[in-house]
Parts: sequence; structure tokens; C-alpha cells
Amino acid sequence: MTEMNLVQAIQSGLAEALRADENVVLMGEDVGRLGGVFRVTQHLQDEFGKDRVIDTPLSESGILGTAIGMALHGMRPVPEIQFADFIYPGFDQLVSEAAKYRYRTAGEFHVPLVVRTPYGGGIRGGQYHSQSPESLFIHTAGLKVLCPSNPYDAKGLLLEAIEDDDPVLFFEPKRAYRAVKMEVPEARYRVPIGQAKVVRAGEHVTCVGWGAMLYEAFAAAERVASQGVDVEVIDLRTLWPVDVDTIVDSVKKTGRLVVVHEAPRTCGFGGELVALVTERAFLYLEAPPRRVTGFDTPFPITHENEYLPLAHRIVPALLESARF
Amino acid sequence: MHPSDQPRPSQAPASPVGADVVSVIRSDGSVDPRLDPGLSIDQVVALYKAMVRTRIVDERLEKLQRQGRIAFHVGSLGEEAAIVASAAALRDRDWIVPCYREVGALLWRGYPLQRYVDHMYGNADDPVRGRQMPDHTFSRPLRYLSVSAPIGTQIPHGVGLAWAAKMRRLDEVVGVYFGDGATSSNGFHSAMTFAGVYAAPVVFLCRNNGWAISLPTDEQTAASRLADKALGYGMPAVRVDGNDALAVWRCVREAADHALAGGGPTFVELMTYRLGGHSTSDDPRLYRDANELNTQRAHDPLLRLRKHLGRREGWNDELEDDWRSLVEEELRECVRQAEAKPPPPLEEVFRDVYRDPPWHLQEQERELLDGPRANESQAADSESS
Repeated sequence: MTEMNLVQAIQSGLAEALRADENVVLMGEDVGRLGGVFRVTQHLQDEFGKDRVIDTPLSESGILGTAIGMALHGMRPVPEIQFADFIYPGFDQLVSEAAKYRYRTAGEFHVPLVVRTPYGGGIRGGQYHSQSPESLFIHTAGLKVLCPSNPYDAKGLLLEAIEDDDPVLFFEPKRAYRAVKMEVPEARYRVPIGQAKVVRAGEHVTCVGWGAMLYEAFAAAERVASQGVDVEVIDLRTLWPVDVDTIVDSVKKTGRLVVVHEAPRTCGFGGELVALVTERAFLYLEAPPRRVTGFDTPFPITHENEYLPLAHRIVPALLESARF
Repeated sequence: MHPSDQPRPSQAPASPVGADVVSVIRSDGSVDPRLDPGLSIDQVVALYKAMVRTRIVDERLEKLQRQGRIAFHVGSLGEEAAIVASAAALRDRDWIVPCYREVGALLWRGYPLQRYVDHMYGNADDPVRGRQMPDHTFSRPLRYLSVSAPIGTQIPHGVGLAWAAKMRRLDEVVGVYFGDGATSSNGFHSAMTFAGVYAAPVVFLCRNNGWAISLPTDEQTAASRLADKALGYGMPAVRVDGNDALAVWRCVREAADHALAGGGPTFVELMTYRLGGHSTSDDPRLYRDANELNTQRAHDPLLRLRKHLGRREGWNDELEDDWRSLVEEELRECVRQAEAKPPPPLEEVFRDVYRDPPWHLQEQERELLDGPRANESQAADSESS
């Protein structure tokens, strides 16, 4: 075991995957000689060479389109999109091609592809270095969407994703890249796709979050504990296919649900989670489910800490839910 | 007045093509000895038979669509040389990345006609299980990728395949097809950029058939020649008379050899003409001058190769009649069988979204299978009993 931050844990996972399978290649803008703008792939080109840690031209549709071609040939490319905000030139390749290839060839072809991309706010990045576009991909049939919150889950899920035969979006919470450290095994281990984790047990309110906002949900839960509200916090880890049973079981116990995410509220994943829980646990609900989210505006910079659903915005929702 | 307000002639090539366009078969059917690829009579006959077969299948499918028996067809009328001869110039181990008009290339590789017709009907034996429109074919064993409708998205896939083959040190080349319209697409630009930078062993097969649905090529781009675009990506280009099967074969084989030798990509502009509509949903009379069509009919690639064959021993009208009858009979039988087959089972809607169906698809499958349709079929069962 070694103490690692999120960047180090992801790098450790990438190095492990590159060592274990010669079909794995990393590719993206500035991932090679620079090691990525967040240094996630730093030194990997030195160890694995320019043919396996590939600096590409500045074209997201080229990165994702050629990665799909490699995957169709039987390789396991792991492209990086420098910021999730810049994924849109390659959106067509993910939505029209990667997501549908297995379906439209009845399984004769498939696209084992892991798209890594940093997402989210809190780094003074403004409109185009802060967005959380996960629900666009959750809405697309054929994609899996992951979003780990901590180093251990990040490495374990990443290795699982690279071995997965379906295309995976791997959202990395850049706000948490260097903010959290924990013990991570050097060797390979698994964190299964599709399993959420209860990170704080509680009796009164279920609070669901993921990625960087998980820490805010946790902090909010600690704050309301002193006021006698006992919050159960769930880290989704896999956004899709979501572990609905863990959420529903928790709400059946607490009768209350608060969902937290950075993305704008309307058609955000929180709406879907509320619907799933309402359909399955309607008679257990003691309060209207709540969403604490980014607002339906582009991402602002000066007031980003008010736009983000940080603990100070989650606390009132937890209290109101508990006292409804 | 905007130039597209009236039906008008396009700038599609009128044969004899310009001096910058490679052409082998002369108007009298003889060949230019400097450029003749030297195919045996058996090879040329095989090419011709495949082109005729593609034409017959096309014409029949269009009729079936007009009769409402299939939903849709996108044909290759007039582009048979550009499609079949380019596929023939690739080796079996090479990959083909189709646009959507290249079923002639798939049939050339030995794809069973019955399988194709089953697909056109979306029946229980449709290899894509009724999930895609007609003419969206694929075959992994034949190294032929899947058709998708967005324009140009397949071009970077071809580059990725070729790049992978190069990384894995396999002697494979990729031929990727697209039309003149696709040269304006995001995918084209991305793919050409990457192919140039990584010297991917890929042959870009651009069928310049003069029209992107209703837009003539000279309104698609201000470039006077599509081939000129290749220069900006650092790769060689060649313009070929796309209605001349021998010229197509020669240029594509040269480009494939160049790629195999480590020379990287080549852009091949196949100058041809779309004699039909864009698809069965199109009506080119609304935008295309009838005189243009009549002029272009004279340059039909089948007539061109037939004329060449007329100067060689090994093919004659009797053999041609026999071949046409054989294909028509084969096709009739395929249609008869395809029409007798049931649709794919309902649960096929839910298969192959992921390798293993997650909980939500299992749930939705039960919703459909146990829903109103289930009651209807139970009612039908009780009525019949």
C-alpha cells in the first residue's frame, strides 16, 4: 500500500494497464511529453514509449474517431479529452458510433474504449473548464458512465473499465485531483462497475452524490449531525448503469432523499434518480425528494462557490427534508 | 439569383476526363498500354460480372421499394466501377470501411446475397436483427465495417484501424469510402489530419459522383479539385476516372502498395456520376437537369468495361445473357425466401446494447414482453382455439 492522491492513483492504474496488456494505448492532447495538463500521464511516455502514450493533434473527433477504429481492430485505447468541456467535437463519435456499434452489428463488432476526462468546477476555470456533462452520456444507450470520488475507487474502477468490453466514460473530479490522499494498493485490484457505496450510515436522510461533491455531501452530513439529523451518504461511483437497489434500500430506511450534483438541475441526473426512487419507494417517502445542484446557467467564475452545491447549500436541504 | 435555384448541370466530370485524371480504357475499348494494370481475362470477367450483379440487385431493390415491399434502398447506379474495382484492388486481409453505397464491395468479398436480402427485409435472419434501416450492412469475417448514416464519422475509424494494424505490425491496408459531400465533414478533416501525422496505411476512396443529395460538388467546396485537399494534410492524391474499372483498379492497388510499403495514406478521388437518386427517398428531377443525366448515361461504367471485353477473348453476349439470368434467378429466390421469413423476435430490441444487459434493460424488456402485446397475443391464441 502507498499513500496516493487521485492523480497518482489514476496514473498507477494506467501504468498497470499498459504493463498488463500491450493492446492498451493512451492518446490525447499533451498526454505524452507534457504528461497531461493535470500531469495524470506524467512520465508514462518515458516508460512505455511514444507509440503507447501518444501525443495527438488537437482534434477531439480525431482522437475519439481513431480510438474507435483501434478498438474495432481489437485494441483497448484509453483516450483522454483534456477537459470534459471540450468533448463536444467528439460527441458524434461517442453517441452515434461508439455507443451504437455493438447494437448495430448484433455483437459482431464492439468498441472497448475508456474515455478519461476531468470534469467539474472549483478550480477557477470558468465556463469552459468547469462543466459536468455526465447526463448527456447517461442518456445515450450503450455507454457506461463512471465517476469515482477517491483514489482507491479511481484506480480500481479504471482497471475494471479498461477490461470492460463496452465503451466507458470515465469522469475525473479535477477539484479532488490533489485534495485527497489515501492508501492505495500498488497491485491490481477491482472495484466493480455498477456498485454504489454507503460511505456514511445514517437513519434520517439519504444523501446521494458522486465525484467532487461527495466530499461536500459528507461535510454537510457531519454538520447536521450536531443538530440531531443522521444522514446516510451514498457515493454512486458508477453513474450508469446506476446501483438503484442501494439507493432504494436506503430511502426505504430513511424515507428522505437529497441528491447533489454540479451539473445544471434541469434534466440533470438528479431528476432521474428522484424518479427512480419515487417509482420504487413512493409509500416510504416522508418528504419531497430534493435536488441540490448547479443552476440552469452557464458556469460562472466569480461566484463559482455559490453555483456549486457546496456543503453550505446542502445543509439546509438536509434539514428541511428531515423536518418536513 | 442563387445558382442552385434552377436545375443545372453540375461540374461532374464529362468523359473524356481531364488530363489530370488517370484513365485506362479508351473510347474504342482498347487500353492505354502505359497505364494498363495487366489484369488477366479471368480477372476482368470477374470484375465485370460483379458489376453487372450489383446493377441487377440495385434495380430490383429499387422496384421492391417502389412496390412497398422494402422500406428503403440506397443504390450505386453508375458507380459500380468505383466501388467494385476499388474493392477488388484491395487484398482479402485489407479492411473496407464503407460509407453506405458500397454493397457491391461487400458482395465482391463473397457476402451471401440471401443474407443481404434478409437484411433489406429486416426479417428474422437479418444480421442486424431489424435494428437498422436497409443497406446498413457489415461483416467482421469479411473485414467490412458497419454502415452508419452520419456523414464522415466512419473516416477516422478507417484511420484508427490502419493505425492499429501498423502498431501491431500486420500487413493490412484500409480502404475507406465516402462521397464528395463528406469532404466538408468534421470526420474527414480529423481523419486526414491523423492519417497524415501517423502515416497510417489507409487509402481514402472518395467517390466524387457530382452530387451530395441535391448539392453539386462545385457548391460543396470552392476547391476546384477535391484531390487538392490532400496537399494540406501532407499526403499524395490521385484523380481517377471512376467509371473506368481498370483505372480504378490500377490506382487503388498502387495506393495500397504504397501504404503497405510504409508510405502512408493516399487520397484517391474517383470521378464518377450518380445515375440514380441519392436514395429511393430522393427525386433528382427536382434539382438536376435531364440533359446532364442523358450525357452521363453514355459514360456508364458497365458499357465501358463491356466494350473493353469485346476486344478480348473470353466474354460474349451469350455468356452475358446466361450470367444475367443466373443472377436474376438467384435474386428472385432470395426475395422469395426473405419474404417468407417472420420478423425478428421482440426481445431483439434489447439485445447487444451492452455485452450483458444491465438491470434497466432487463426491466424494460419485461415491460414490453409482458405488456399490451402479450395480452394481444393471448387473445389471438384464445380466439384461434
